[in-house]
Amino acid sequence: MTLTTFLQHGLTGISLGGAYALIAIGYTMVYGILRLINFAHGEIFMMAGYFMIFAIASFPWFLAIPIVIIATVILGVLIEKLAYKPLRSAPRMSIMISAIGVSYLLQNLATYLFTALPKGYPSIPFLKKIFQIGDVSASLVTIITPFLTLALVYLLILLINHSKMGMAMRSVSKDFETSQLMGIKINQVISMTFIVGSFLAAIGSILYFTDRMTVFPFSGMLPGLKCFVAAVLGGIGSIPGAVIGGFILGIGETALVAMGYSTFSDAFTFAILIVMLLFRPTGLFGEKEVDKV
Amino acid sequence: MSEKVLELKDITMQFGGVIAVNNLSLEVREGEIVAIIGPNGAGKTTAFNVITGVYAPSNGEVDFRGETFISNYPQGKMAKLYAGENRGKYAKEIRKTPDRITKMGIARTFQNIRLFKELTVFDNVLIAKHMNMSAGLFSSTFMLNRAEEKAMRADTLRLLEILDLADVKDEVSSSLPYGKQRRLEIARALATNPSLLLLDEPAAGMNPQETDELTAFIRRLKEEFHLTVLMIEHHMNLVMEISDRIYVLDFGKMIASGTPGEIQNNQRVIDAYLGVDEDGE
Amino acid sequence: MKKLDFKLKLLLSLILAAIALALLAYLDANRGQYSYTLSILERSAIYAVVAVAMNLLTGFTGLFSLGQAGFMAIGAYTVAILTIPVEARDAVYYVNGIADGLANAHLPLWAALIVGGIFAAVLGWLIGYPVLRLKSDYLAIATLGFSEIIRAFISAPQFDRITNGSYGLKSIPSFPSTFMVFGVSALCIFLMVMILRSSYGRAFRAIREDETAAEAMGINLSKHKQMAFVISCFFTGVAGGMLAVYMRSIDAKSFQIGLTYDILLIVVLGGIGSVTGSILGSFLMTAGREWLRFFDDPLMIGDFSVPLFRTGFRMVIFSLILMAIVLYYRKGLMGTKEFSWDGLYRFLRHNLYLRWRKPVAGPKGGDGQ
Repeated sequence: MTLTTFLQHGLTGISLGGAYALIAIGYTMVYGILRLINFAHGEIFMMAGYFMIFAIASFPWFLAIPIVIIATVILGVLIEKLAYKPLRSAPRMSIMISAIGVSYLLQNLATYLFTALPKGYPSIPFLKKIFQIGDVSASLVTIITPFLTLALVYLLILLINHSKMGMAMRSVSKDFETSQLMGIKINQVISMTFIVGSFLAAIGSILYFTDRMTVFPFSGMLPGLKCFVAAVLGGIGSIPGAVIGGFILGIGETALVAMGYSTFSDAFTFAILIVMLLFRPTGLFGEKEVDKV
Repeated sequence: MSEKVLELKDITMQFGGVIAVNNLSLEVREGEIVAIIGPNGAGKTTAFNVITGVYAPSNGEVDFRGETFISNYPQGKMAKLYAGENRGKYAKEIRKTPDRITKMGIARTFQNIRLFKELTVFDNVLIAKHMNMSAGLFSSTFMLNRAEEKAMRADTLRLLEILDLADVKDEVSSSLPYGKQRRLEIARALATNPSLLLLDEPAAGMNPQETDELTAFIRRLKEEFHLTVLMIEHHMNLVMEISDRIYVLDFGKMIASGTPGEIQNNQRVIDAYLGVDEDGE
Repeated sequence: MKKLDFKLKLLLSLILAAIALALLAYLDANRGQYSYTLSILERSAIYAVVAVAMNLLTGFTGLFSLGQAGFMAIGAYTVAILTIPVEARDAVYYVNGIADGLANAHLPLWAALIVGGIFAAVLGWLIGYPVLRLKSDYLAIATLGFSEIIRAFISAPQFDRITNGSYGLKSIPSFPSTFMVFGVSALCIFLMVMILRSSYGRAFRAIREDETAAEAMGINLSKHKQMAFVISCFFTGVAGGMLAVYMRSIDAKSFQIGLTYDILLIVVLGGIGSVTGSILGSFLMTAGREWLRFFDDPLMIGDFSVPLFRTGFRMVIFSLILMAIVLYYRKGLMGTKEFSWDGLYRFLRHNLYLRWRKPVAGPKGGDGQ
């Protein structure tokens, strides 16, 4: 493989990794606070893709992007209020099944509203501008993704570590019940978690779909699962972990496709998941939980 | 001198930086009722959890009828963290899962009742008979072991009758009043045919009258089932009335042992646990 | 509480079975007219087996596994490979040819189903070993992952000569008779019910209720969890094999995660912890999907076309109904109860008789009304 191709693939990998990282953060945050695997997160990401298609049709890009973000955030918070909140005191299995149900509903809703045929994702002109460095060419979106990801993550970590809300979130993820007893407004914290997660998913979807070019109702399923794996890989509950997990998976997947094993690229992701769960379930940066008998 | 049924040797249990049980050695002899008392957080239930295989101790050994069935020494992460005593005294690692320990003849009840909530009283006890069943999956599925199944059910009924729970046998266990639930916990443990019974706060939440009944109850059980009993308890009446010997734990360490009379007059125990009166009595 | 006489219950069961058989025979005899109905019933029966198998794992043992689609795929492909007529194989494997060892391997359907189940069970045993120790959420994701890995292996070009990769397998011969589908399904469910009624079934329930207490009562957790998992995988594999025969042609796409979700929703609909519920749920779900089809076509009231009614609406309504069940009727149809003649008698007596009879006046009012 020539250096050029290697760099080319490397760039693609990092870009994909960045999108994965942003989505993985949503999973890890929700799990940290609610101990819920938000199976519907991938579908929120998918809906964001569709939102953009419709937003761009009526608005210029600098309005469309915020509209998409706002719409996605509203969707995420709505899902939490309608499908997860009523089950907060129910056994874990019930809320997971609810998440699966929401995922199912969104997929069917998308199929109904937008048909199962892939729809073309709009090319936002300035994002698709191609840059050339030597022999390596890449669109602007590919280049800015990693930087944007890191910038957003940095801001998020600032929020978590230096704001009152952030402290509330950290406390809730350590001990849900005691936090409530201490007067922390649980509902606000949970809503905030979903707002942040959906926000990042929306941005991730813009970055992801701009390169993919099409959206269809099941676009969110595999990326959703993969990003969950990324979160587990990094240590579920840890935001830096989710980011690193996302990049590892994005780069690994791109590498496999480059080497000709594309059918195995999905299996590769799941193999990593299983290896992690067996040997280091807390992930690279997670914390161990001790069960009291 | 009757046989030593259970012996703990230098058992230390350390979680991270906290030593929950500190170099505990104790023994229980055949036919005795031994009580472990101490303030909350003294490490009593942790000791039970070590004996029943829920936790592997950081250091020390546990013997049952002379045979070591649990043994460990500081290794791995604990090698650096270990802050207890007798490091280097033990070098073997022997672990047994709780179910194997139960099969050896050690049964336990839990401090917070852990009944099978949605199952009936009868089923709760019947399940405890499963471990001694000789039929495999095939025979059991095709009902080829009908005689054995019948015997298990008869045993269960008999046990419920002895424990005065036969009238509620078809009730869902979580619907029982608290006192009966506690009895059911004990019934379930007895169904495993133990020779050593570990009771974790059997009188928790009981009023004085119920506690009196429990005292007679435990005595009766001991006689009827030829048991040796090791018990954690806070209700001093019960403890003083029924125990042959008592061990007192405080902050994971044993601070006194002896007969009820000796313990009642032991100053260290009084200070640590029974409380110092305002007037300094 | 009145209980029915044992002989009466036996008689009622036999009558019910006879009616069911007669109905089936009638439908079968008039195949041309009722082929659609029959096919729905057959699919329901097959899904019922998987639903009960999943319930055995999830409802009765408390192990939340989402790997059903993968194990169905194993059973399906095994059965397909072993039953496609030898003469037709070259045509099916037209691109790369079939692997040498498999070219002539052929078994009658009933044997192929058992082999399919065994392969699924063996794989379940291998996977279960490491995976069953995990906490419920992680177990779900791990099994989901394995399901996808199985699918990847099936569609991989490297295994073309065995599974025909992405071309799929076709020309699978159909059932010799429709009775076979129901017979095999009934047998599978019967076996699972027998297992659940045995002491081992009780041990499974104990594990679901409280693992720590179960272990303290002498139940070896890993052995029993493995057992439940392997049993579930076996029957899931058999059902997968039946599905292959039902569909006549399969490929990896037939066994995506969506299939597992369908089964899960059947189990939830029927009641986690009720075998009767899973069976009922399966028939309701499969039939319901068809009944709801009218939502997919434009609805005309006079000249007015009701908005919303077009393709895909049916699945949206369906998903909404399921969400409603998950949120508000969590126990599903049957909760954890099973069908019994006694239960039916009590139900009818309470609702039809006791509710409507006149209250008895006077201080000594009979049943304490």
